[in-house]
Amino acid sequence: MKILVPVKRVCDPDNANKVKISDSGDDVTSEGLEWKPNPFDEYAVEAALRLNEKAGTTEKLGETVVLSMGPSDVQQTVRQALAMGADRGILIETEDSELDSAVVARALKAVVEEEEPDLVLLGKQAVDGDSNAAGQMLAEMLGWPMATFAMTLATDDGGESLTVGREVDTGVLTLKVQTPAVVTVDLRIVAPQGVKNGETPDDHAYNEGARYASLKGIMQAKKKKIDSKSLDDLGIETGLTTEYVKFELPPARTGSCEFVETVDELVEKLNAAKVL
Amino acid sequence: MTDVLVVAELMDGGLRKNTLTAVTLAKQIAEGTGGAFDIVAIGEGSQAAAAEAAKYGARKVLAAEVEGGYVAERYAPTVANLAADYEVITACASTYGKDLMPRVAARIEAATISDISGANIDGGAVTYVRPMYAGNVFGHVKATTDKAVVTVRQSEWDAAAESGSASPVEDTPVESDDVADKLEFVSLESQKSERPDLAEAETVVSGGRALKSGENFENVLEPLVDALGAAMGASRAAVDAGYVPGDLQVGQTGKVVAPKLYFAVGISGAIQHLAGMKGSKTIVAINKDKEAPIAQVSDYFLVADLFEAVPELTNKVKTIKAG
Ligand SMILES: Cc1cc2nc3c(=O)[nH]c(=O)nc-3n(C[C@H](O)[C@H](O)[C@H](O)COP(=O)(O)OP(=O)(O)OC[C@H]3O[C@@H](n4cnc5c(N)ncnc54)[C@H](O)[C@@H]3O)c2cc1C
Ligand SMILES: Nc1ncnc2c1ncn2[C@@H]1O[C@H](COP(=O)(O)O)[C@@H](O)[C@H]1O
Repeated sequence: MKILVPVKRVCDPDNANKVKISDSGDDVTSEGLEWKPNPFDEYAVEAALRLNEKAGTTEKLGETVVLSMGPSDVQQTVRQALAMGADRGILIETEDSELDSAVVARALKAVVEEEEPDLVLLGKQAVDGDSNAAGQMLAEMLGWPMATFAMTLATDDGGESLTVGREVDTGVLTLKVQTPAVVTVDLRIVAPQGVKNGETPDDHAYNEGARYASLKGIMQAKKKKIDSKSLDDLGIETGLTTEYVKFELPPARTGSCEFVETVDELVEKLNAAKVL
Repeated sequence: MTDVLVVAELMDGGLRKNTLTAVTLAKQIAEGTGGAFDIVAIGEGSQAAAAEAAKYGARKVLAAEVEGGYVAERYAPTVANLAADYEVITACASTYGKDLMPRVAARIEAATISDISGANIDGGAVTYVRPMYAGNVFGHVKATTDKAVVTVRQSEWDAAAESGSASPVEDTPVESDDVADKLEFVSLESQKSERPDLAEAETVVSGGRALKSGENFENVLEPLVDALGAAMGASRAAVDAGYVPGDLQVGQTGKVVAPKLYFAVGISGAIQHLAGMKGSKTIVAINKDKEAPIAQVSDYFLVADLFEAVPELTNKVKTIKAG
């Protein structure tokens, strides 16, 4: 199956508490922090590779195309996904400030119309803006069915449809979705048995998590093709639907941490604070 | 004048309580701008849910009966059709709201503003406040479109109180779209629990990787959870390892909770976990490592081995609660 995976770069999520606000308050700056692929998008790449390979062999069952939107250096993010094993890249050059979930969805729609993938596999949310919206908006714009927050993904009928286990508030909701479709992935999709493509042996267990790029993968990625386009080339409406008027840091928690060594001391303190 | 439509979430043939946080936003906007708010109850059992929703002061409540399990494709056309009469369409940012609402937004070409913790109304214009970067930045954002689709972070909003009168309930027609034929609801597997709902509980006890197994969650942590009358939560590591189901995950990408009292037991306090609990009033950590980052947000930190401390604490709590 042909799968399109949009990958956003985000500033190092494990150091998100180090982002700063510019003096004017109208910008978030991540100076000094490394760019990383959005972890959910990395999981989407992993899920796409699992769907498109005969587990344990080098045989491929379909093409995986990765795409990133942002300033020209997001090329690096595309290369990283190519090094993991994706086949081809698309780069949409624009300023981050030109993008919100709606613009991203419109741009992706234009790419989908050119590329005609069977599946668009996205992360459920970009962990910088934490919007959790682009995939759903894309599905609606395309008039495609969707399954968000996927924790399991299995191809049925040779790719005609997908069975998706969705991680929801109240448990696991299972949907059967015809392709072409949009699926957004949640953390558990990269569990050892998360993805089955009809050829995956029942007892095949993947390593937990997204795969690392091998040295060979990194070498090969240098030769893989990346198409560059602008938002203009896509001919979409580019205006933002949202305007951030200001940013601020959350108030620090007041009070300090009191360390205790025994349960008795803890209970005494909790009682004194009247919280038990 | 800003008119607001609240999209109710239905559960077990009734109104899911989290809907009332979106009602609070709707009231605030309606009162602040001189507009009105309505509620739509859509799904199976819409009449019963609408009757409950009618207690909160809406101008009217609409009931749209849609059979079969929830899929966004079956609900979005009706909500989008109703949206013609409103400037703001809102729901709780549960997995239901997060799934459905952006689809509605795209259908009506409106902005999606997700997971808000606050709203400021100034001369008829609404600016929303939303946590970003795992709760490390608050963004103040407006829609540039005529309409905005907004989801509300449950832990940051009070549930609306009953108004003392009943809103009129009307049936509303169901719109459909062929896309709904392209998917099928198969099942919803939930584990029923007698404990309070994680998102609503006054006390939450969460366990982390240090619990080491599902049995230890059951034998070591659950007695404390129950002695406190608490809800149980977990870190991602505990869920990934299969100790507890995914719907217990607290964090940036799990559930965001803000109870009066939160216990983090054997949880290190990664940024993504803190994002889901640092709004709690009092935070207690039980961890053998004094240096664990959970200390940054904790009020009390018991430096101890949880396998010794938790049973002892459970007994003391039982004694206190008994009287
Ligand atoms: C995209 C993404 C999203 C994520 N979302 C979430 C999320 O929503 N929620 C979440 O929780 N995490 C999330 N994470 C994972 C997060 O980064 C951490 O890996 C995770 O929270 C760690 O879980 P933990 O604290 O249980 O385990 P650890 O970090 O391994 O901590 C275990 C702690 O237990 C202590 N300990 C060990 N033995 C004992 C003992 N006997 N007695 C007492 N203390 C003991 C240790 O000192 C340590 O502090 C996310 C990660 C990514 C990449
Ligand atoms: N700039 C971008 N480039 C590529 N993909 C993106 C971009 N922004 C968002 N996406 C995709 O849309 C998903 C949801 O993003 P969001 O709605 O911003 O939380 C992400 O996980 C990505 O897969």
